[in-house]
Amino acid sequence: MKIIYFIVQQTMTFSIPLLIVALGGMFSERSGVVNIALEGIMVFGAFTSILFINQMQDTMQGQLLLILAIAVAAVSGMLISLLHAYASIHMKADQVISGTAINMLTPAVAIYVARMIQQIQQIGFVNTFRIVSVPLLGNIPVLGPLFFQNTYLTTYLGFAILIVSALVLYRTRFGLRLRACGEHPQAADSVGINVYKMRYAGVLISGLLAGIGGLVFVIPTSTNFNATVAGYGFLALAVLIFGQWKPGRILLAAFFFGLMQAIASAYSGIPFLAGLGIPNYFYRMTPFIATLVVLTFTSKKSRAPKAAGVPYDKSAR
Amino acid sequence: MKKRPLNLNFLSSLFAICVGLLFGYVILLISNPAQAGDGFGTILTGAFRDMRSVGRVLYFATPIILTGLSVCFAFKTGLFNIGASGQLIVGAYLAVLVGNKGAALGGAHWVVALLAAIAGGALWALIPGLLKALANVHEVIASIMMNYIGMYLVNYLVVQTVFDQLRNQSLPVAASAVIPRWGLDKIFPRSNVNAGFFIAVLAAVTMYVILYKTKFGFELKAVGYNRDASRYAGINEKRNIVLSMVIAGALAGLGGGLLYLAGTGKHIEVVNHLAPEGFTGIPVALLGLSHPIGILFAGLFIGYLTVGGDYLQLYDFAPEIIDVILAAIIYFSAFALIIRTFIQRRAIRTGGGGAK
Repeated sequence: MKIIYFIVQQTMTFSIPLLIVALGGMFSERSGVVNIALEGIMVFGAFTSILFINQMQDTMQGQLLLILAIAVAAVSGMLISLLHAYASIHMKADQVISGTAINMLTPAVAIYVARMIQQIQQIGFVNTFRIVSVPLLGNIPVLGPLFFQNTYLTTYLGFAILIVSALVLYRTRFGLRLRACGEHPQAADSVGINVYKMRYAGVLISGLLAGIGGLVFVIPTSTNFNATVAGYGFLALAVLIFGQWKPGRILLAAFFFGLMQAIASAYSGIPFLAGLGIPNYFYRMTPFIATLVVLTFTSKKSRAPKAAGVPYDKSAR
Repeated sequence: MKKRPLNLNFLSSLFAICVGLLFGYVILLISNPAQAGDGFGTILTGAFRDMRSVGRVLYFATPIILTGLSVCFAFKTGLFNIGASGQLIVGAYLAVLVGNKGAALGGAHWVVALLAAIAGGALWALIPGLLKALANVHEVIASIMMNYIGMYLVNYLVVQTVFDQLRNQSLPVAASAVIPRWGLDKIFPRSNVNAGFFIAVLAAVTMYVILYKTKFGFELKAVGYNRDASRYAGINEKRNIVLSMVIAGALAGLGGGLLYLAGTGKHIEVVNHLAPEGFTGIPVALLGLSHPIGILFAGLFIGYLTVGGDYLQLYDFAPEIIDVILAAIIYFSAFALIIRTFIQRRAIRTGGGGAK
């Protein structure tokens, strides 16, 4: 039983950032802008917020500092995503190239700034954010150890973001318009929807969530930030595709991918899996291979937003 | 298809470079105003300090010319090869494997190791190529997945076959697998440059001939311009998509072979980090205007910036500023199309511009 608790807790650690970032990617792509810059935005969000924690941790600790850091990550993620939005919406640039530029830019900026401030590129922080057991809820048998012990505030934030995202996308006028811009921007424009504005909104939301996702990824998995989020932005992109651009399926995909990561990093401590003798590289590869397989069977009738990746040109209506 | 004048393309590349450099200068100014001028001067002139520095430019340029060619070649068929990183590392692994185990090959050892690298890269690009042609899987997404699969697979295989446990990296290759220097070490003392640079030049010329002087190249470009029209014209567009990816992968794989057989103490490290040379191929291809000969110069240019950036540490600047500048250059070359149309429109409005 203890092992199951451990695996579930580990899976949460890895799944939640994937969930948050993939939901961010969903908003961007459903508005019609492909966002392969998720990785770079995560790096930037993690960088600014960990630097913030690094500077502030002498004056405050715990959940208050974490909440402020989340705000810093969100704002900086939005700012950096503005670059992508401007290039791909206003300048009608190639969205893959613009995304690649951001993926190259942010790790370089993070290393450069860190080295100029403190000589080394790793930014250390003290983890005062872990919740050993949520009051009351942590004492519930079975469910307590599964979901309310050894956890982080960010886990619940992740679920909150999921619920809000699903509501916004399917139950609000904004969500309907956003989806229209990703499927058929000309039609959306013809009924008076400002396609540019909706796409800016989509990309900025993806920046906000990816920025938060960067911080959420780094805090439980490390004690310093070394200008990388280990490919989690690209993994989130895979989650988005595996989840077929739908919030509910994205949740399942995030858990599947998170479980694979959890097994890869902890399998030697689990007798059953250690006995199988499968090297951890294969668990790490599985999500990427699974995504390729899913793509192979779904791409002919892809559920991807129809206009994703195509700059909207008003004059070409 | 209207042909864009080359000088406009060149101008937009130049614009991206200038804005990127300016951006870098501003960052230097913000971080240390007193040293910024000297630091920026070093970026621009560092590569010409001595013959060793010039040799290092050639050494740094070699692999990124090949990944640049790789990105360019796929681009001509309308495919964006973001998977050069994975193709490069798979090629590098096979090169290192042959380099370790094939000492019996004698004088041909390094050639066979490079051929293995080419095969590895080609194989790694074959998969996204086939997926694109047969199942319509977007090559960008498939290549991103292949990058990570390749990285983990190579990490695993290195540990299984050619592992230096002490240093957590691949074992050094046999002396016969190291690419010969062909006298370059005499011209550029202590600089690591080797015959690999000539191979890169040869690859660029070969790609130029294939793309511009053969029927096959014409077909590839036709598929890139318009898939439907080329199918209508009797071109087997699926076959061309697969071949284009395979050749692109072969180039990236060759780049990996040249990088890890250079005998410079570079080994495949078992870390969860994608090979950066694959991504540098993207700015090389963009700045080189997707033309093989342009890419040769773009690779040299980025090598030149890298060497200059190395000397920045003398002025207490972190050399990562070069990556920042490169990223800015890619970002602005993404605008290039807009800039081109802007210049063209202006030329028309002012009545200038001459023949188009």
